Amino acid sequence: MSAVTLDKQAAPARSDSGRRTPGDALVAGTSHTLLILWSAIVILPFCWVVLSSFKSSKEIFSSPFSLPSQWSFDNYVSAWTKAGIGTYFFNTVIVVGVALVLVMLLGAMCAYVLARFEFFGRKVIYYSMLAGLTFPIFLVIVPLFFVLQGFGLLNTLPGLILTYVAYALPFTVFFLYAFFKTLPDDVYEAAMMDGAGEWRTFFQIMLPMAAPGMAGVAIFNFLGLWNQFLLPVALNTDRDNYVLTQGMASFASSAGYNVDFGALFAGVVMTVLPVLLVYLIFQRRIAGTVSTGTFR
Amino acid sequence: MSASATDATTADGLPEENPWGAPPRRRRRKLTLDRAVFMAVFLGLPVAVFVIFVVIPIGQALFYSLTDWSGFSPVMNVVGLDNYARLLDDDTFLKALRNNVLLALVVPLVTLVAALAIAVVVTTAGPSTGQVRGLNGSGFYRVVSFFPYAVPAVVIGLLWARVYDPASGLLNGMLTGIGLDGFQDYAWLGEVRAAMPASMFVIIWASIGFYTVLFVAAIKGVPAEIYEAARIDGASRMRTAVSITLPSIRENVQTAYIYLGILALDAYVFMAALAPGGGPANSTLTMSQHLMNTAFRKGQFGYATSMGVVLALVTLLFAVLVFAVFYLAGGRDKKGEVAR
Repeated sequence: MSAVTLDKQAAPARSDSGRRTPGDALVAGTSHTLLILWSAIVILPFCWVVLSSFKSSKEIFSSPFSLPSQWSFDNYVSAWTKAGIGTYFFNTVIVVGVALVLVMLLGAMCAYVLARFEFFGRKVIYYSMLAGLTFPIFLVIVPLFFVLQGFGLLNTLPGLILTYVAYALPFTVFFLYAFFKTLPDDVYEAAMMDGAGEWRTFFQIMLPMAAPGMAGVAIFNFLGLWNQFLLPVALNTDRDNYVLTQGMASFASSAGYNVDFGALFAGVVMTVLPVLLVYLIFQRRIAGTVSTGTFR
Repeated sequence: MSASATDATTADGLPEENPWGAPPRRRRRKLTLDRAVFMAVFLGLPVAVFVIFVVIPIGQALFYSLTDWSGFSPVMNVVGLDNYARLLDDDTFLKALRNNVLLALVVPLVTLVAALAIAVVVTTAGPSTGQVRGLNGSGFYRVVSFFPYAVPAVVIGLLWARVYDPASGLLNGMLTGIGLDGFQDYAWLGEVRAAMPASMFVIIWASIGFYTVLFVAAIKGVPAEIYEAARIDGASRMRTAVSITLPSIRENVQTAYIYLGILALDAYVFMAALAPGGGPANSTLTMSQHLMNTAFRKGQFGYATSMGVVLALVTLLFAVLVFAVFYLAGGRDKKGEVAR
């Protein structure tokens, strides 16, 4: 009896108070507290870096929290010029830009043929690409060094670009393969009927239709290549050709205890900013790609 | 690898369930000259790049690991399995191996539990009346949490090395700020006891976001009716998470576990930035760091490649173990349920 009454009382009360029970409030409260704490742990270090990047080395050592006595971009200037971040930045833009275009083109070509044509050895190529996706790069880093040396590409930007392309290729092919599979056959047949030929069909019909998938994969490749560290460290040891990640690491360790920490912080900010922008602009699409890709 | 294989079959099965309703067709078309040239170019170029820079080096690696090659002289003697025998006596390598195993045990577990918890809360832990949904403002948490994924790992390492700095770091500044004076000048990366956990935290910090987004996407794919039904049957949030959400996204968790394991067995980028020298008493040295030193500092390329082979084998073993565990944990039956 009492249970029934309780229920009857609870029901209207719930709808009055914005459909919330005390239990809901408790769960929501706890969750929000924990999540806000976590967000703080994620965001605070970045805020601290931005703050520190405006401070002089002396101020950095005196207190981690003090505000800079004057907001100047000296650290940025010295990181950009003296520490060579500027050169590294342009190297990275060139390497990542060219590699991205190449890998998207080659990846789309490969995935398209694998997905839409039946021929001998198709499965072999597909599965060896898959295997390439899981192999640790460390297994091949030493031979790779000598392969590049053999081509005379060691310590050159083209050499780095080609390796980037080769190691981003399996991922690209894998994602785009699934995408090209879903494109309708009718459109292809119609294009053929109209005498478009294979080349035109690909570049003018199929590729534009795959644009959403291409965009998602391209964003992931951009982030992955921009953040690449191991390949340049092993294969690109000429200081003039350093990419950003590599340059930052050597900047942090080279000078030992005499590191200009203000400039280091400024360098971190300048490295993070481009990827942060790409992320914030495309974050919806990134989430979307994750859901439609490998892990469906 | 079998997770990938499963995906491949799904992809292969797609033409049958093509949303455009095209009937399955024979795709082996007549081979005209145009088509032959097209396929040769389209397949030839990418595959050539792949073979030259990926496949051939893998083959070479297996061979070099059996030699005493120094890399800079043409002299190369095949020494059989000597390099592998030497690994068993190399205390530094064994220490690095143990560190990697520890990383592979802790990092994936903590990361996945945290990522799952966040994903569950932002998708299904909302008010218990009305539609099943997540907490208010969950979009914000998702965006913030994913953010470290967009930052270069090496920069994350450098950043945290500054945060952990004994004298001027953010962490000790905050700890002493709230009155814990014991942490004045505490060297997080310099103490044998603290270096490994501190490094692990950085990797976990950097990884949680990506897997949260992954799980959020997976959970959103679970039909809402199942949650409605569970709620009508009086299941608590905890019960719903364990009995419904977890089994439904089992395959994603498994794939994520393997990816995180591969990351932890490598860990080079993070460790190279946090403690380039391997930490106090090699307490954070990883196989990858040891390999790079052996190859490019000491010039023992043959020996270094054998480490690469061991690393690859350990990675493979890890993947097999994860599959076995997930299989034994009732994966088979649950999978049948979910598939239907």
